[in-house]
Amino acid sequence: MSKIHITTKVNGEEVEFLADPRDTLLDCLRDQLELTGTKEGCSTGDCGACSVTVDGTLVCSCLMLGVEAQDKQIETIEGMAEDGELHPLQRKFIEHAALQCGFCTPGILVAAKALLAKNPDPNETEVRYWLAGNLCRCTGYDKIIRAVMDAAAEMRGAA
Amino acid sequence: MSVSKPLPHDAAKLHVTGRANYIDDIPVPANCLHLAFGTATIARGRVTNMDLSPVKTARGVIAVITADDLPYANDVSPSAHDEPLLCDGQVHYHGQPLFLVVADSHLNARRAARLAQVEYALDTPILTIEQALSADSRFEEGPRIYTRGDVDYALPQAKHTLTGSFDIGGQEHFYLEGQAALALPQEDDEMIVHSSTQHPTEIQHKVAEALGLGMHQVRIQTRRMGGGFGGKESQGNALAVACAVAARATGRPCKMRYDRDDDMIITGKRHDFRITYQVGFDDDGRLLAIDFTHYTRGGWAQDLTLPVADRAMLHADNAYFVPHMRVTSHRLKTNTTSATAFRGFGGPQGMIGIERVMDHVARHLGRDPWDIRRLNFYANANSPKPQDTHYGMPVRDFILDDLCDELIKTSAYHTRRADIAQWNANSPILKRGIAISPVKFGISFTLTHLNQAGALVHVYQDGTIRINHGGTEMGQGLFQKVAQVAASRFGVGIEAIKITATDTAKVPNTSATAASSGSDLNGMAVQIACDTILSRMAEFLAHQYNKTADDVVFCDGTVRIGRREISFAQAAMACYQARVSLSATGFYKTPDVAWDRIAGRGQPFYYFAYGAAVTEVVIDTLTGENRILRADILHDTGNSLNPALDIGQIEGAYVQGSGWLTTEELVWDDQGRLRTHAPSTYKIPAMADRPDVFNLSLWGRDNPAQTVYRSKAVGEPPFMLGISTYLALVDAVSACGSGYANLDAPATAERVLAAVERVRA
Repeated sequence: MSKIHITTKVNGEEVEFLADPRDTLLDCLRDQLELTGTKEGCSTGDCGACSVTVDGTLVCSCLMLGVEAQDKQIETIEGMAEDGELHPLQRKFIEHAALQCGFCTPGILVAAKALLAKNPDPNETEVRYWLAGNLCRCTGYDKIIRAVMDAAAEMRGAA
Repeated sequence: MSVSKPLPHDAAKLHVTGRANYIDDIPVPANCLHLAFGTATIARGRVTNMDLSPVKTARGVIAVITADDLPYANDVSPSAHDEPLLCDGQVHYHGQPLFLVVADSHLNARRAARLAQVEYALDTPILTIEQALSADSRFEEGPRIYTRGDVDYALPQAKHTLTGSFDIGGQEHFYLEGQAALALPQEDDEMIVHSSTQHPTEIQHKVAEALGLGMHQVRIQTRRMGGGFGGKESQGNALAVACAVAARATGRPCKMRYDRDDDMIITGKRHDFRITYQVGFDDDGRLLAIDFTHYTRGGWAQDLTLPVADRAMLHADNAYFVPHMRVTSHRLKTNTTSATAFRGFGGPQGMIGIERVMDHVARHLGRDPWDIRRLNFYANANSPKPQDTHYGMPVRDFILDDLCDELIKTSAYHTRRADIAQWNANSPILKRGIAISPVKFGISFTLTHLNQAGALVHVYQDGTIRINHGGTEMGQGLFQKVAQVAASRFGVGIEAIKITATDTAKVPNTSATAASSGSDLNGMAVQIACDTILSRMAEFLAHQYNKTADDVVFCDGTVRIGRREISFAQAAMACYQARVSLSATGFYKTPDVAWDRIAGRGQPFYYFAYGAAVTEVVIDTLTGENRILRADILHDTGNSLNPALDIGQIEGAYVQGSGWLTTEELVWDDQGRLRTHAPSTYKIPAMADRPDVFNLSLWGRDNPAQTVYRSKAVGEPPFMLGISTYLALVDAVSACGSGYANLDAPATAERVLAAVERVRA
């Protein structure tokens, strides 16, 4: 099957790649663009490990085709720290020990950032239900929730 | 000193920036090939014809490998030689690998694997416990029996007796990173394999066997896993061997990773159990005699079923002394995926048996289950006469009476229990329940020779330190803990320590990172290696300054020799220039463990780890839906090597244990097909399921056993805190009527609803 030339923006940079029309956005990010921070956990949109934002909307990149990325703005975990400075969410995840094996961590951070962009002052229930689509098998979630709440508070203070 | 500090995981910064590499993230050469298994679509029978021509001609396919193409061993079992990599004609379970596709991409390999035309002669599969028993299909000649006292005499003497039977489901590991391996062929027939495994030495052994090589020609590296939980103790063998065989056949690098559905269908899970019991007790609820029978489905191959079933028997007492006790264990062979190691390794199944009995006795006598538990506890560690377990090991470190008394107080158990009774009286639809469950978990591999570990430590001339050991990192923070041990020994900051990927070329003959033993064994081996270097350095420096080695102190990045003080880096440089060796190996073996697993007598464990949880739940009596309202945990970590990491282990274990007993339901159909093979149908706890209130404290007193910095193992023991969730659900169901709840696990909404209807009947 012939490949399709795609031009899109990933983490603010214009990129081009050749996509097999059947490749998912996740495959294109990982295999074409070497952005392996986005993970495949289930490939059916149930675990959230492949979370990215497309034009500001949180999506599972395993459920979207690479060719659909044409002319979009995509944000992945690799774009979260700016100029080497960690995002408050990233810092709080380290401080609160909110990760163990780390495989779900990029997806959860991307999803949490999308939440705080929509709702800078979420209550704990809102955090829990927003992130209910991001599975973690190691932590039991407690420290993740605390880290997100703490980061939100810090970001509100800084705003 | 960095030991006991809550420092972050060593790779935390890599994880939050997406730069931590798992197997599938390792850059591969452009000519790398990708593999997939074609799998059986029946549970039992014989392959009569396998037409692979459509597979061979499919897009991107380079080669197709069958059992006949394997030049050497066709076996990926840990020890029993009963697990062919590729089917030898006989099909043992639905999902068994039949052939191996080698293609130019992961998707092309997977697509092609489905194109084979396979014909079978069907046999009737043995799927259930009943079918296995009636066919006498087992892994040992008969049941294994551990016994103490005379149960047959004592049971009829008891004033009260109760009998019961209940089923406990298995559990899918659901490590977020699926199984994966990458083989890179080297010059002179050598093979390097990167494997997502808890057991690099076993991978090395199996790859060497499959390639007809010595172990010295095969090198396995494991930097990290995206979760293991026991699921990567033996289940990675097939992928690593497949990659090595295909790499040898094609001369090209080969990578294999299971898609989530394949992973869940092909690989083993926690053993499911049926436990029956007959218990005799007095008016106060003191247990006099108990007779347990365990039935477990081991699946088609032996894998680790025997030690798992042994450990279940060894934990059938949990925290309680029962004078007359018998445990009979049937290890059944079935046409299902081969059940394997999973956090707790049979301990949780054994333990929930007696916790269920405690509950049953209490409800029979109309007493608070906590009172019955407390009454039957083993004698306290301070008692002059320790009591023996049913396998004859004295329990010398028992602290659960003190620990539980503390938790009962801090969780306000008694007040809340009374409040809940009152609340339930006024709530016709929703009912609450509360329960406490204690944990006493034996620490050591029950296969005694596995209780050993090695380490390799280098100090460089600039004073930085690189360490390596046989343990693997799966998220538990083992590398960080061991680095903290090394930093403490040398008296340097943690930034001076670099810990490196597990590598069979650096430390040989390692045991699996399992049985919670990772930091006990490897921490000690690293400590011993560090101390060897330290004593060489101290001896040299003392000589230089006319002091004795005892006058040399390593602390805060400096070395004090009497009144002189130099930096650690200066000390390292001085030693280097004086030709003092700055590299050492360390070796540790756990003392005092020896037992007879056939007779079930002796000391299988070095010590016990303890903990307890109080859980409160609410159920909806119209739907069976339920949730955890509050959890209070007090857990014994000894002198924690890193409290932040330990708390993470405990929280994660509690939630995983609660998931096992509530929402995580494995469903096989009557053809032996697993119907719950993706997160859409198999439900692990999600963020919204975390208890609304989650209080956790560490007991944190020194381990009386001489472990590394007097810490305790923490990987598995807290998993069993999740039993309190099951017991709280039983309590809530019991509030609906007068009968015994008789709840099977997992206590799904459907089962809770059915139990509510039973107690009301």
